[in-house]
Amino acid sequence: MNDHKELVKNFIVENFLFGEERKLNDDTDFFSSGIIDSTGIVELVGFIESSLPVKVNDHELIVKNFSSLSNITAYLKLKLNSQSN
Amino acid sequence: MCAIAGILSLTGRGPQDISFLGKMVHLQQHRGPDESGLYIDNNIALAQSRLSIIDLSSGIQPIHNEDKSLWIIFNGEIFNYHELRHYLIQKGHTFYTHSDTEVIIHLYEEEGINCLQKLNGQFAFAMWDNKKQSLFIARDRVGIRPLFYALHNEQFIFSSEIKAILSVPGFPREINYQSLDQVFTFWTTLKGRTIFNGIYELPPGHFLIANGGGIKINKFWQLPFSSQKVFHHREKLVNDVRELIYDAVKIRLRADVPVGCYLSGGLDSSGITSIVKRNFNNKLKSFGIRFEEQDFDEGDFQQEMVNYLGVDHSELFIKNSDIAGHIEKMLWFTEKPLLRTAPVPLYLLSRLVHQSGYKVVLTGEGGDEIFGGYNIYKETKIRNFWSKYPDSKIRPLLLAKLYPYIFKDNRLNDSLMEFFKYGIEDPANPFFSHIIRWNNTSKLKTFFSIETRENLNSYNGMDELLKDLPADFDSWNYLAKAQYLEITIFLSNYLLSSQGDRAAMANSVEMRMPFLDYRIIELMCNVDPELKLNGLNEKFILKKIFFDSVPQRIIKRDKHPYRAPIKQGILVNKKLTEKYLSLESLKESGLFDHGKVTLLMNKLNKYEKAGEIDNMALIGILSTQIIYDKFIKEFSPDYSAMKTFDIIFDMRT
Repeated sequence: MNDHKELVKNFIVENFLFGEERKLNDDTDFFSSGIIDSTGIVELVGFIESSLPVKVNDHELIVKNFSSLSNITAYLKLKLNSQSN
Repeated sequence: MCAIAGILSLTGRGPQDISFLGKMVHLQQHRGPDESGLYIDNNIALAQSRLSIIDLSSGIQPIHNEDKSLWIIFNGEIFNYHELRHYLIQKGHTFYTHSDTEVIIHLYEEEGINCLQKLNGQFAFAMWDNKKQSLFIARDRVGIRPLFYALHNEQFIFSSEIKAILSVPGFPREINYQSLDQVFTFWTTLKGRTIFNGIYELPPGHFLIANGGGIKINKFWQLPFSSQKVFHHREKLVNDVRELIYDAVKIRLRADVPVGCYLSGGLDSSGITSIVKRNFNNKLKSFGIRFEEQDFDEGDFQQEMVNYLGVDHSELFIKNSDIAGHIEKMLWFTEKPLLRTAPVPLYLLSRLVHQSGYKVVLTGEGGDEIFGGYNIYKETKIRNFWSKYPDSKIRPLLLAKLYPYIFKDNRLNDSLMEFFKYGIEDPANPFFSHIIRWNNTSKLKTFFSIETRENLNSYNGMDELLKDLPADFDSWNYLAKAQYLEITIFLSNYLLSSQGDRAAMANSVEMRMPFLDYRIIELMCNVDPELKLNGLNEKFILKKIFFDSVPQRIIKRDKHPYRAPIKQGILVNKKLTEKYLSLESLKESGLFDHGKVTLLMNKLNKYEKAGEIDNMALIGILSTQIIYDKFIKEFSPDYSAMKTFDIIFDMRT
């Protein structure tokens, strides 16, 4: 699961923070900190769907699931587990 | 329209060197290609080059009063000059020209600096009072015409465009870091600032007195917003504003050359064009922009207006490659970094106007600011409503109505709401209306180099802005506050300059904006906000006024902000980014972090669509680099075609 976190983290650092890794920790809120804006969430979900065997359903696309690295990791863990079962 | 330039010795020892005045005028020749003049005495030199529009035969400047104790150079138009001239003749003044310029000088003789209150126009002028040995400079109420100044070697230097000041021998050419920070927050510099160290802009509605005692700047007009609730009967207000708009158009058609119109297909330009066509000029010529990129094109609505009014319309088709092809030239005229590419098509449109034999166009600029047309006003209204119950899930859904293109994927509503919720807990924040925009834009500062950040230290442009707000600002309604910020920052310093005066004057074309007639502004400032933004129906009064003169489809269409492609317009020519965003170029200016800029370029090249922030980062960084290249690094204007002055008044003893 840590691999998934690193994958998402690297994507965010490279595409939204342009290399400034120190601005991001596991619980940094993407929205209130302004790291990701309205179009950014589209890019983030698009990246996850294209990099991992995951299809994000409508009802899952909520702030709680995507607002921080910890939340995304937790969501992906649940999602991938349920898919493999 | 014209260019002015001058130099005043502050020591009383006389201008040390005036040889560069010809060069100052030459660099602004596009503003006034028709004729030029110079006044010089022991203390001051005043130079002017003129685009002849009123009094083609005898209006050459500088112009003097009866006893030649007052001398004026003038850039602009005084639209009520007929009435003022009549008044001044009755007072016994003798005119030797038929120009509007001479009216100012006699009005000053009559009323001193209070003359400014009577001028209805778009102007920047400098008047030398030989008896008082004092220079009086003023700029119109909202800043349609430019005026820059600097102090150098105990001399006061001023001009219509910055490049003339930069051409003064020995003048240091440096980027001002705080101004750069402002552009990357507010989309433009704040009041009085330019992007260059030591060069200032006289703020709109201000005058300046320069003499041996130094310089003093004072305000002569301000936007008359207040907490006062003024009752307006709706029908009477519609009639009063209609009459004012009609008169504002009428006096802006005063010219000894033909006047055309810009027609975009939006309500404002359609309304103005309709008034002119139906009341004043049956053979009206109009000009409009079309875009290769469908998202930006308004051709459908533009054509509907052309058919409806039967105007003789010329359209300019903008390809993406036109943006890349002309952005460097455009920045030579804007003299300021941009977060938009929209000035480029306007620069090309004014070229078409010039080629069509026109010098003057009427435009719909100001309609959104004065009558409440922008989405940011609606957003503020919704966020205000939401702030009363921040946990409401229903109230913020109004935002989806406002930005259907952002909320088109229902799955994202939740996260988008978080974005718009920023600052919702503090509706009393004076910047409540603009805080999301400015915070979002501030993210661009991540690209600043360590050197730029160190120079900025803890600088915060919002502190500077806060100090400058009117004393009773907190007591104004939500719309008045948002309008004030929009008018004093974005309208004055971007729309009227980079997209206005500079884009038009680059091709010797003068824009005239009836909605910015001060009588309309003063009346509309204290109108009940519900009569501007009625529910979420924008420009409510203006729609009533144009109900019978513009097709319903145009009245009812959603607001379409005029914009131009950024990523598609810039990356179409790889040479631009290769030249200005290379490691070498970025190192030389020292303004941006090369590693981050490279990551940005990778992202832009990888994804088909670019987000708002990435688009602004691209043009913001590129335009700053071009400004650095043209004005700091390689400032070497060509003076080979420099002409001598057509008239010189040499009063030196």
